[in-house]
Amino acid sequence: MGEIILSTRGLSRSFGGLQAVDAVDFNLPVGEIRALIGPNGAGKSTFVNMLIGRIPPTAGVVKFKDQDISALPAHVRVAQGMAYTFQITSVFSNLSVAENVALAARRRLGRDKIAVQSEVKHALDRVGLADRMAQIAGDLAYGHQRLLEIAMGLAQKPQLLILDEPTQGLADSEVAEFKQLIRELVSETTILLIEHNMNVVMELADTITVLNFGKILAEGTPAEIHANPQVQAAYLGTG
Amino acid sequence: MNETGKIITLHVGLIALLFAMNFILPAYHHGNIARVMVLASYAIGYNILFGYTGLLSLGHALFFAAGMYGMGLAIRFLGASPVPALLAGIAVGALLSAAVGALALRTTGVAFMIVTLMFAQAGYLTILLFGEWTRGDEGFVIQQAERILWGIDLSDANNRYLAALLLFGCCLLLSLWLIRLPVGRVFVAIRENEERAKLLGYDVVRYKLAAVVVSASFAAAAGASYGLLFGYVGATFATVQYSIFPLLWVLLGGTGTIIGPFIGAVFMFYLIDLSSGVTNAYMLIAGIVLVLLTLFAPQGIMGELRRRVWAWLP
Repeated sequence: MGEIILSTRGLSRSFGGLQAVDAVDFNLPVGEIRALIGPNGAGKSTFVNMLIGRIPPTAGVVKFKDQDISALPAHVRVAQGMAYTFQITSVFSNLSVAENVALAARRRLGRDKIAVQSEVKHALDRVGLADRMAQIAGDLAYGHQRLLEIAMGLAQKPQLLILDEPTQGLADSEVAEFKQLIRELVSETTILLIEHNMNVVMELADTITVLNFGKILAEGTPAEIHANPQVQAAYLGTG
Repeated sequence: MNETGKIITLHVGLIALLFAMNFILPAYHHGNIARVMVLASYAIGYNILFGYTGLLSLGHALFFAAGMYGMGLAIRFLGASPVPALLAGIAVGALLSAAVGALALRTTGVAFMIVTLMFAQAGYLTILLFGEWTRGDEGFVIQQAERILWGIDLSDANNRYLAALLLFGCCLLLSLWLIRLPVGRVFVAIRENEERAKLLGYDVVRYKLAAVVVSASFAAAAGASYGLLFGYVGATFATVQYSIFPLLWVLLGGTGTIIGPFIGAVFMFYLIDLSSGVTNAYMLIAGIVLVLLTLFAPQGIMGELRRRVWAWLP
């Protein structure tokens, strides 16, 4: 196992009496595509929201590049090299496609207009939206808005890209393109993928972490997870 | 012509038009437009916060009055000349807004409106409390001799018009420049989707505070200029009415357009002026027109124009 980019120790969050995430120890090595899966209500979203800093943990530590970031607000974590794409599409719907991506690039590149423009073009090229730069983001088809989200993630040149259910609502052909895109990205960034689509997870992930009732139920290669009886039981609802 | 060309033509054209009107307007309208230009500068500042950053303040009269009193008191008690007095007014407005902003921005939405309203009310009462210096409701006059700037008498109608135009032109072009800068784009991003802006790595609280201070500095500059040009400083300008006015002008003229605050201020000013010539119940006419405009052009005059013809309007 290589260098660890992101880890958690004893990370927990409760909502009233409900323990949504329960003392999770998690390690993510650099350069990996990691999938995080689990049945509905397993605590995936809560866990990820604690990683990026949208909700504070009730206990435990999050470390990014060996630094404790548990107390840092979300925007500082992003500035340090994490990027997050929303589960529910969250683009600036009244602004143009290009401006959406420019906002993502500008924080890093500042007032260098030419660098921002070329980054925008590059990110949109990669997701195949370059011919729609001038369109208003809210007018894009749903699948294209998902791709725009990913382009906004790419334009930040993150070291860790967290994708929250990126293929939700995409057509099969779009899912195939998405898989191709993620494979190309792996040389540049570590990817944490929260995903329901098993086909995507099994094909893309180097390692899969399964959450159930707020705890890590299993962790391993796609083949190991596929064969794991506990995981099968959890997904069938008998676990 | 490309977009930038059109934008510059429109805004510089408006300033040129107002300059030309200095020579042709009859005295009555000449005075009105001078007043409207100062008030529109106030509205331009308000629009930076409300129209571009998406924060609705109900307490901007505090900053308008802070500028006015900062200027007026500096002249009255320190014997300052107009320029240092003007700068003192702007500085007081900016400092006060940094403090008020830091506290008020801990809230959002309706709570933000109420907190800013309360701060402005506290400011108004403070002016009354220190009536010995501020002369409270009665206010005080700034003498003609104290309004002479580099040998130019600001109480003269012609000079006053040109000074108002200078202020207005600066505010208009500064705000245009600001919203085209990266920082201005972040303001718009916050208005559109604050959570997204935060997760692109922007410190949205800091940006919102910056928007409050910039917006309040415009308001303070307008307040200080108003006192200087029209020779009067009084607590009326700190009342809630003066917090509502810029909101109305901006809504009427077009939220989030550079030129809208001016259009809204002119429109409202002449709506009241003309209807009061017809009937005593002029507020009824003004009210009906406002309702109609809200029904049929909810984005304001320039907003509607942008939607229908000028998509490039900033």
